Amino acid sequence: MIGKFLTLRNIRRIYAVFFLLLFVLLLWITSFRRLKGYDTRLFLEIDPLAAAASFLTSWTVYKGLILSLVIIIGTLFLGRFFCSWICPMGIVNQIAGTVFNKLRAVDAIQLNAYRTFYRLKYYLLAAFVALAALGSLQTGLLDPISFITRSFTISVFPALNHIRGGIYFKQPLFHGGTLLGLIFLGVIFANRFLPRFWCRALCPLGALLGILSFRPLLRIWRDVDRCTDCKKCLGNCHGGCDPHAALRVTECHLCMNCIEDCPEDAIHYGLPDTASSAHMPLDISRRRLIECALVGAVSFPVMRSTITSQTSPRYNVIRPPGAVAEDDFLRRCLKCGECMKVCPTNAIQPALLDAGFEGIWTPILINSIGYCEYNCVLCGRVCPTGAITSLTVEKKLGKPAKQQPVKIGTAFYDRGRCLPWAMHIDCIVCEEVCPTSPKAIWFETVAMQMRDGSTKMLKRPYIDAKLCVGCGICENKCPIRDRAAVRVTSIGETRSKMNQMILKP
Amino acid sequence: MASNHDKREPGITRRDFLLKAAATGGLAAAAGGWGYVFYSKEPVRRSDAKIFTFRDYRTEISAVYPQLAVVHGRNAEKMVFAAIEKIGGISRFIKPGEKVLIKPNAAWDRQPEQAANTNPAVVAAVIKLCLEARAAEVWVTDVSVNDPYRCFVRSGIEDAVKRAGGSIRIATENDFVDTDFKGESLGIWPVSRFYHQADKLINLPVVKHHSLSKCTMAMKNLYGSLGGQRNRLHQDINTSIADLASAIRPTFTLMDATRVLRRNGPTGGNLSDVTIEDTVVAAVDIVAVESYGLRFLDLKIEDIPFIPMAEKRGTGISDWRSLNVAELNV
Repeated sequence: MIGKFLTLRNIRRIYAVFFLLLFVLLLWITSFRRLKGYDTRLFLEIDPLAAAASFLTSWTVYKGLILSLVIIIGTLFLGRFFCSWICPMGIVNQIAGTVFNKLRAVDAIQLNAYRTFYRLKYYLLAAFVALAALGSLQTGLLDPISFITRSFTISVFPALNHIRGGIYFKQPLFHGGTLLGLIFLGVIFANRFLPRFWCRALCPLGALLGILSFRPLLRIWRDVDRCTDCKKCLGNCHGGCDPHAALRVTECHLCMNCIEDCPEDAIHYGLPDTASSAHMPLDISRRRLIECALVGAVSFPVMRSTITSQTSPRYNVIRPPGAVAEDDFLRRCLKCGECMKVCPTNAIQPALLDAGFEGIWTPILINSIGYCEYNCVLCGRVCPTGAITSLTVEKKLGKPAKQQPVKIGTAFYDRGRCLPWAMHIDCIVCEEVCPTSPKAIWFETVAMQMRDGSTKMLKRPYIDAKLCVGCGICENKCPIRDRAAVRVTSIGETRSKMNQMILKP
Repeated sequence: MASNHDKREPGITRRDFLLKAAATGGLAAAAGGWGYVFYSKEPVRRSDAKIFTFRDYRTEISAVYPQLAVVHGRNAEKMVFAAIEKIGGISRFIKPGEKVLIKPNAAWDRQPEQAANTNPAVVAAVIKLCLEARAAEVWVTDVSVNDPYRCFVRSGIEDAVKRAGGSIRIATENDFVDTDFKGESLGIWPVSRFYHQADKLINLPVVKHHSLSKCTMAMKNLYGSLGGQRNRLHQDINTSIADLASAIRPTFTLMDATRVLRRNGPTGGNLSDVTIEDTVVAAVDIVAVESYGLRFLDLKIEDIPFIPMAEKRGTGISDWRSLNVAELNV
C-alpha cells in the first residue's frame, strides 16, 4: 500500500510541500521574538544565482552562500531538480498553474509543449551576468528566491496580517508595497495563461541551472521502441521539455510526471539504455545571447553616469547599521527584503528610485515609519550577502570605551517647525527618547517673552552631532507627525568617507 | 418542428404574471426600505463607540495599617513581601477570583542593570503575592516607547512574569478604547482596554530622572496606560500628570528604588547613570510615594509642580512625614 503511494511523483510532491512550508516558516520566524539562532536565510544561501552573481560583483563567496555548492554540484549530477523539488517560487507557480487550469488533455498537451520564447530566461541571465561582471548586482530583481522573499515580506505577510492579524505586533507598512504585491500577483496570475510561465520563460536561476544541467549524469529517458507517441507524457509536464520527443534536458525540472503518466512504461529516470531517445542540446541563439549581454554591459555605464546614492550621497538613503560603503553595498545587496522582515520597528523600507535605478528595492530607513532600535543588530544577522555586516551590540554602540559607535546619519532641527523654537511651546520629546548616554540631544533653558508679555522658561533642543548616531527615534516620536521638526539625513554615516561634514568627529 | 433560430417567448399565465409582479414589487420595496433606513444628513456615520471611565481600583481605607511602608534590603522579593505585609498584606487588596493588572515601567529596550525599567524581581514578587491571594488572573502590561517585544524581553520582565505565573498583555492597535479622564489637559484619550477589564490595578514604577518633568516615578508611570499620540502631553506635562493621577486610582503603588537612574533619564543606557538604593516603597497614596521618592533624585516638592497640583485636587498627601510610616530593613 505504502509502496504504491511512494511513486516518484508523490515523493517529489512531499519534498515540494516540505520545502514550501520550510520557506514560509523560516520567513515567519525572521523576527525578534522567533529568530533565536536559526539560519532563516537558508533559501537565499543555497541559491546558486545569488552566490554566482555576488561572487562576480565582490570576488567573495560570503559565509553561508557556500551552501549553494550543494545545489550546483547536485545539478551537475542530477539535473535541474531544484525547480520543482525545492524552489518555493517554482512550487507556488506550479500550485497556481494547477489551480487555475482545468484543461482537456489535448489543451494541456499543447500548453506544455516547448516554445521558443522559453529561451528568454537565458538572455535575461546573460544581461544580468554581464552587469554583475561589471559590478552591478541586479539578479535580485528576478532571482526567484529574492523575488519571493521580497514579495512575501513586503506584500503577502503584511496583507495576511491585515486580514487576520497575529503575524506582527503592529501592522507593517511598506513604501511601494502595493507595486510589489501587484507584480507578485501578476506573476502568479500568468499561470492562468501558461502554466509555470515564470519558471519556463523568465527565471534567470532556472536558466543558470539549465546551463549547469546541460549534460547531467542521470536524466529522463524515453524508450523509442515502447513509445506509441500518445503524448500523454506532456499532460503534466512542469518544464515544458518535450519528453515525448527529443527531451530538452536543460528545461526538465525532474517532476517525474511523465514517468507516472506513460501508459507503456517507456520513460525512466537514470542512465540511458540501448533504446533511449536522443536529447536536444540547449536551445539558444548565440547572436541573441551576445546581444543581451551587450544590453546589460551598456546599461552599466548608463546607470553609473547618473546621480545615484553611489555617485553622490543622498540625504534620504539611510542604510541599516552595519551596511558597507554604498559602492560595495550595491555590489552585494540582493534586494531580498530579509532585513525588512526582521526590523522590529518597520523602519527598513524598500527604496523606489531614492537610491537610483540600481538601488531599487534596496533597504533604506524611513524614520516617519520606524526608527533604528538602539540595541538591535538583527538586520545584519539575516543579510545573506554581507551587504549589511553582522555587528555585535557592543560594536554598534561603540561600547568598549573610546570606540566610535556606528552612525547611520545625523539628526537636524527644523526650527521653523519645532514647537519650542517656533511656537514657544514645551516639548522636548526628542530629548526624552534619545537613546545615547549622554544624550545626543541637549537643551538650553531660556526665559522667553510670550505674546501677552509674560515670561516663560522654555527648553530649546540642540543636536550634539558627535553623539548622534542617526537612529531617528527623535524623528519618529516628534509630535509634528506629517513632517517631523527633527529629521535624520545620511550625513556623517560611518560607512562613508565622502558623506562627512565635521572635521574632527 | 421549429428551427433553433426560431425561439419564441412563451405566453404568460395569470399565475406567472402575479408571481413576477410580486417579485418585482418586493425588490422595489427592498430598494425603498434601503433608502429609508440608511438616509442620512451626515456624510459620515456617527461612531457609537462607548466612552469608558476608570473604576476606582482602591479598596476601603483602613486606619489600622501604616500608610507608607519603606523597606531597605538586598533581596527584592523579601523587600516586596515585607512592604506589602506592612501596608495590610495582599489579602487587604486582592480578593480571590479577581483579575489583577500590574503596570510596571517596561517602556525601554534596556537591560535590568540600566534601571530604565522596573526591576523584574519586583514584578515577579508582586505576581507571586497576587497568585497567593488567589487572583484569577494576573496580567502585566505597558505601552512601551521602544518596540514592546524587545522592551519586555530585554528588561527581563517577560521572563520574570512567566516564571511567576502571570501573563504579559501587550496592547495592540485594536486594544485601545476611548476613555474620559475628565482632566484639564487630558480629556478623552485612548487607553488599553485591559484597564477596564481588570478588577485591581497595581502600579509598579521605577525611580528615574526625566529632563522635562524632572522625575518619573509613580504618577508619570501611568502614562503607560495611554495610546494615541501621547507625546503631545509633554506640552503640558505637569497638568497631564496630575490629570492621570486623579483619574487612575491604583489599588496600591509599590515603587522600585532598588536601582535609581539619576541622570540621562528616562532612557539611561550607562551604568554610571545608575546608583544602587536597595529600597522599595509601598502605599495606597500615590502622591505620598511620589514625594518620598524625590529624595533619590535630590529634588524637593517645590521643584515638582504636579505634586502640589495633585494634592490640591485631593489625590493624595505630599507631606509623607505626617503619615503613619513604617520603615524597616530586611
